[in-house]
Amino acid sequence: MSNQIEKYRRSFLSEVEANVEEGDMVKMCMQCGVCSGSCPMQNHWEHPPQEIFMMIRAGKREEVLSSSSMWMCTSCYNCIARCPRGLPITHIMHGLATYAKRLGLVPKEQPTAKFGQMFWDNLSKKGRVNELKLGLALYFMNGIGPGIKKSLEMQDVGMGMMKTGRMNPMEILGGHSIKDTAGFSKMLAKAFEIEEGNIKNNG
Amino acid sequence: MSEKKIGAYVCSGCGIGDRLDVNQLVNTAKRDGKANEVKDHPFLCSAEGVKLIQDDIDNNGVNRVVIVGCSRRAKTEAFSFENVAITRANIREGVLWVRPDAPEHAETTQEMADDYVRMACAEIKYMGIPSGSGEQDLTRHLLVVGGGISGMTAAIEASKTGYKVELVEKSGELGGMVGKMYKRVPTKNGLQGPVDTGIAAMVAAIEADANITVHLNSTVSKTEGAPGRFDVEIATESGSTNNVRVGAIVQATGFKPYDMSQLPELGAGNADVVDQMGFEALAKAAAGGAIKRPSDGKEVKSVAFVQCAGQRSDKPGHLNYCSGHCCTTSIKQAMYLREQNDATAVVLFDDLRTPGATGEDFYRCGQEKGVTFSKGQVSGVAAANGGLEVKFKDLILNEETAMEADLVVLATGMVANSGPNPYLALDLEAAKAAEDTAQVAVLEKQIEVAPPSILNLQYRQGTDLPHLKHGFNDSHFICFPYETRRTGIYAAGPVRRPMDAHQAVEDATGATLKAIQACENAALGRAAHPRSGDLSYPSFRKEGCTQCKRCTVECPFGAINEDEKGYPQYNEGRCRRCGTCMGACPVRVISFENYSVETVGQQLKAVDMPDEFSEKPRILVLACENDAYPALDMAAAKGNTYNPWTRIIPVRCLGSTNTIWITDALNSGYDGVILLGCQKGDNYQCHFVKGSEIAHIRMSKIDDTLKSLNLEQERVQTYEVSIADIDRIPQILDDMASTIEKIGMSPFKF
Repeated sequence: MSNQIEKYRRSFLSEVEANVEEGDMVKMCMQCGVCSGSCPMQNHWEHPPQEIFMMIRAGKREEVLSSSSMWMCTSCYNCIARCPRGLPITHIMHGLATYAKRLGLVPKEQPTAKFGQMFWDNLSKKGRVNELKLGLALYFMNGIGPGIKKSLEMQDVGMGMMKTGRMNPMEILGGHSIKDTAGFSKMLAKAFEIEEGNIKNNG
Repeated sequence: MSEKKIGAYVCSGCGIGDRLDVNQLVNTAKRDGKANEVKDHPFLCSAEGVKLIQDDIDNNGVNRVVIVGCSRRAKTEAFSFENVAITRANIREGVLWVRPDAPEHAETTQEMADDYVRMACAEIKYMGIPSGSGEQDLTRHLLVVGGGISGMTAAIEASKTGYKVELVEKSGELGGMVGKMYKRVPTKNGLQGPVDTGIAAMVAAIEADANITVHLNSTVSKTEGAPGRFDVEIATESGSTNNVRVGAIVQATGFKPYDMSQLPELGAGNADVVDQMGFEALAKAAAGGAIKRPSDGKEVKSVAFVQCAGQRSDKPGHLNYCSGHCCTTSIKQAMYLREQNDATAVVLFDDLRTPGATGEDFYRCGQEKGVTFSKGQVSGVAAANGGLEVKFKDLILNEETAMEADLVVLATGMVANSGPNPYLALDLEAAKAAEDTAQVAVLEKQIEVAPPSILNLQYRQGTDLPHLKHGFNDSHFICFPYETRRTGIYAAGPVRRPMDAHQAVEDATGATLKAIQACENAALGRAAHPRSGDLSYPSFRKEGCTQCKRCTVECPFGAINEDEKGYPQYNEGRCRRCGTCMGACPVRVISFENYSVETVGQQLKAVDMPDEFSEKPRILVLACENDAYPALDMAAAKGNTYNPWTRIIPVRCLGSTNTIWITDALNSGYDGVILLGCQKGDNYQCHFVKGSEIAHIRMSKIDDTLKSLNLEQERVQTYEVSIADIDRIPQILDDMASTIEKIGMSPFKF
């Protein structure tokens, strides 16, 4: 793919159309701004969706892909519900994030990206999310000190959950899994293979 | 006609009989109104009530009918009698509904009703029965000026109805601007993208049509006459002339593109900067293949479309209006590039506007084909790196930026292909007469740059259609879009207002139907809008005329010519029956059969005038019948009330108000006079274009009369109102009543 993006040429838009989930809808944005106005996270984005779409058309490849903006999406689907042109904005945001990750352009210490990785690592081992381990990993994400502090803070909640059978402390020893983990791993491997193929064909 | 015999018919229905003394109304009509037959009926608009009137007409020789009941705007079908003059005493909307139902008001309410009966009887005595002048012929033949898509549509549509058409085109071929295009925006299903222009098929249809005579390389060198009898001289380039008689004219002279050489900052002068018509020429030359740029024939790979180039801008020399088609046109042209060149096509817009039913889908189609849209304000276009650099502010990303392009298309605006402003020459004449040298110089300069005449009308008020703004032809935008200020001449297409081809086709169809209507109406002596079907027409008493020319100058429609001696020639086919001439005439010699200085003057004099110490003032209201009078009716229907001192007389147009009415009213003891007309100025609502404006000018001079009578200026007020002012107008009437309370009663009550 070309790194020589010329401003307001179609090259980056074409790249997005080929590589980003639902990227071919980016061109249909009519810049009304309803998505940006509807977003509950609007004050936290560097570039709201409307702007991201314009930046794609303007050929701002690095700025878009290394932006933390699309990582801010909480999947509330407000924008999709309201977009007069029916753009799947949430999906495009996640698609852009995925593409940026594939290219290694995710900003360092992007918390959503980090959490996403933790979630995936947790899930992909046994086919089930181990909530105890995921929760603890989140507490200790920023080091041991803050982790202990947070754990003590949440002590009462944890005890309550255990009493009502909402959390099993034994999960720490590996936890439950789906029946056929080997089949699950094979399935994931196949999915990766297909995805790699897609990337190769589009790249 | 035999002698006038008045029949007055009082309706006691709709609650009239419950609140008013009907016997007294009958007596008033007999005693004061001098009606020959007076009858009352509890349900006058019923078949039985109508028969009562018809019987009197048939058997008792009644030929002047006064209906005492509802407003003249109600029950018009029931109270429609042949060969008699009819008027109304509006005691339902005008009295009953606007006065509270309480014993303490009964006396003044009855007085109001009695006065309206007196007024109607006084009016009818001076009303004749209009029959049309019979001056016109039936000429089922149209002249269409301009052979573009509007003119061709007009010709084809007229021919379909059996009319003959003379189609005059200045250039050597039919087709106009659309004919120069590669493709056009579709009229249906915008998602299909650009389609064939269809011009070749239209030209073929016209050539095969025996009803249509095409005059190429021709212009109209002379037009005289009126609807139904226009005599037109068509001159060809070779010098020969043709004379034809037509019933009506459609002027479809289209537009010319704005002169882009006035936009050097946007790169005008560079061979690779073209306007939209220039780009169409490139696309047409490419004929479906790759579009090449003019400078070196290179296939273009990146094109910027600069929207609103030199338009929607207040900079000197720019057009300050939106031309309406340019966004859609640029989208269309960008689609050529996507399909034929696989090029980047960026539309740099400020506000993207795609009017019309297909507009939004067409825009969507452009997006689907990969046209790039960027909200950006272009600041400059200059040559760079063997191409062009377009500098602009990206308004979404809020930054100054630039893009490179092989070709830049400037979406410039439409300039109306009108004739010269017909009033320039008249103004020059007036300025010369007034020895105003500065004004003469200004006007001479304007005349120098004015375009040549298109119609060469032999009218007192100039050679062409009057303009409204920016050189577009004046027409009543909302109510009567095709009617220009020259009856029987209809403007269609971009000469009327900026528009796209689809709108031009609709416009031409509408204008043609109006032109046909004008021919048919003219044959019957009927007026065009807004007094459609009116058979009355103005005439004047020649022995009283002082040849002052005020009527010929003030007629909003240029209907009146002058003969060699300076007497007016009315050309009733050109007349809209507004009565502005009647209002203008200082010696009051102009009248209509059923509307005259007398019909109004006698009404206002018929009002019973209580003495100065009665605490019962009288306020005369002259209300435009198009807006103010309906608004009053609606105010009544809504239950709004106003004071019982008001006496309202509807007038055809405030422009028909003769100042003698005001003087007479003040002399006969009215305490206040209110004139209600329509909005004037550039955004006028006046049905007769200039009537309200002229009335305001006349009334600004009424102060002298007031001074000479030693009366307060507040006693005469002129207002611009709209048909929606149903709360405001009653307030205006009540404000006058409080003003009179403050300044006191008029001393002129005898």
